[in-house]
Amino acid sequence: MELFDIIVKLVLIIVIFLLSLVIAMYSTYAERKIAAFFQDRIGPNRAGPWGILQPLADGGKMFLKEEIIPTNATGFLFIVGPSLAIFTACIGSAVIPWGQQLTIGSHVIDLQVTDINVGILYIFGVVSLGVYGIMIGGWASNNKYSLLGAIRAASQNISYEISMGLSIIALIMLTGTLSLRHIAEQQHGFWSHGWFTWNFFRQPLGFLIFIVCAFAETNRSPFDLPECETELVGGYHTEYSSMKLGFYLFSEYINMFVSSAVMATLYWGGYNYPGMDWIAAHTGTVVGPLIGVAVLFAKIFLFIFFFMWVRWTIPRFRYDQLMDLGWKLLIPLAIANIVLTGIAGTIFK
Amino acid sequence: MESLSNKKKLIESKPLNLLERAYLPAIFQGLSITMKHFFKKPVTISYPEEKREFSENFRGMHSLKRDEHGRERCTACGLCALSCPAEAITMIASERQKGEEHLYREEKYAAVYEINMLRCIFCGLCEEACPKEAIYLDGDIVPSDYLRKDFIYGKDKLVEAPLNQ
Repeated sequence: MELFDIIVKLVLIIVIFLLSLVIAMYSTYAERKIAAFFQDRIGPNRAGPWGILQPLADGGKMFLKEEIIPTNATGFLFIVGPSLAIFTACIGSAVIPWGQQLTIGSHVIDLQVTDINVGILYIFGVVSLGVYGIMIGGWASNNKYSLLGAIRAASQNISYEISMGLSIIALIMLTGTLSLRHIAEQQHGFWSHGWFTWNFFRQPLGFLIFIVCAFAETNRSPFDLPECETELVGGYHTEYSSMKLGFYLFSEYINMFVSSAVMATLYWGGYNYPGMDWIAAHTGTVVGPLIGVAVLFAKIFLFIFFFMWVRWTIPRFRYDQLMDLGWKLLIPLAIANIVLTGIAGTIFK
Repeated sequence: MESLSNKKKLIESKPLNLLERAYLPAIFQGLSITMKHFFKKPVTISYPEEKREFSENFRGMHSLKRDEHGRERCTACGLCALSCPAEAITMIASERQKGEEHLYREEKYAAVYEINMLRCIFCGLCEEACPKEAIYLDGDIVPSDYLRKDFIYGKDKLVEAPLNQ
């Protein structure tokens, strides 16, 4: 690897890292604003024009608050919990292809941190690691409510990972590759050979199962049982204060961003958009791919909006309903989806 | 028993069918309802900048009135203090001196007139008791403050502004 490539990769990593932090930061603002609009209110509007400095004020508050570590908590693990949560949230975005290759002079720049050939498996690994942060934090707090929240998080994530994996298997049967770059390239454009190229139009049921599981994996409403205030005080982060609590809240938003990016890449064409060849031919090899990046981010923001829209619409599931939905409905549906995909694959081949 | 109003509805609790168990139709219905609210005008009134319109008989902060020549109407008779159920009003009467006719309408006036806004229940009985039409609860909401002593309003806050200013 040349020095130039290493520098490009480093810059890319830093940009993506900062971007996911900034997006997570402004997701908190967006969440409050969107919640307000859904409830016929105005939302935060005092810090700066339209309240856009609100996340900075919140962050400053988080950093300045007193840090409390309970005497009976397991000291080391108590700190490891939120660190692990935010760490696993941040590394998930490493395999996502943000755009087509940029060509500047003789250099070709890959807009992806690493194109490993098992990208989907990597994402799965990271997602299942994510629950460790919650589990360790909840257990180390030495508090019954935290422990209950952690147990809920663990069983919920394990249950929904199964149907998530099964829904992905149907997708992989279509694409024939585990690399996210290849999956994104297969969805080039919007229309070819008499059908849409985007995977959503080949796997609508799979996408539905995947998005429901994504809600459960990110612990978002209606599956936010681990932090269910009405039953568990604060859930797994009851004992957390100051920036350690901030890390937990932050990791939820980063997870939301990453899972939106994954959904956009796997099912909604990633950086592809209708008429991209025509635009790329007219704008050159730098601007064309950058428009694709903008399109991908537009899709991601739409998904984040959808996450919030659902949060302010649907009440939380009861715990038995959650398990019923996961085991009795989603898993059979996902298996049926695999069978259907296999049948359709052999017929249309 | 026969129903008197015919409004009774029999509700059967049927087991959910597959579509209902998937929650999806209900969820989409809910999503469309919240989306309608997304574009509605917010009902919020941004308080210090915007104020809700009060009704005509709203009772707010008291003001001690002046007559058409700008003289204080209050004659310190003490009826308002007597009528006050919360005992919020105190006053010290004083006699009008020569040369003060342009300041006070009657021969007697209130040298000190204090209302404890923390005791006041804004019932308006002082307004009704006043024979000189000197006190009205026609002001704004009493503003908040940090210390109890700052809620005892004297004549500096209660008396209307003079006419010529």
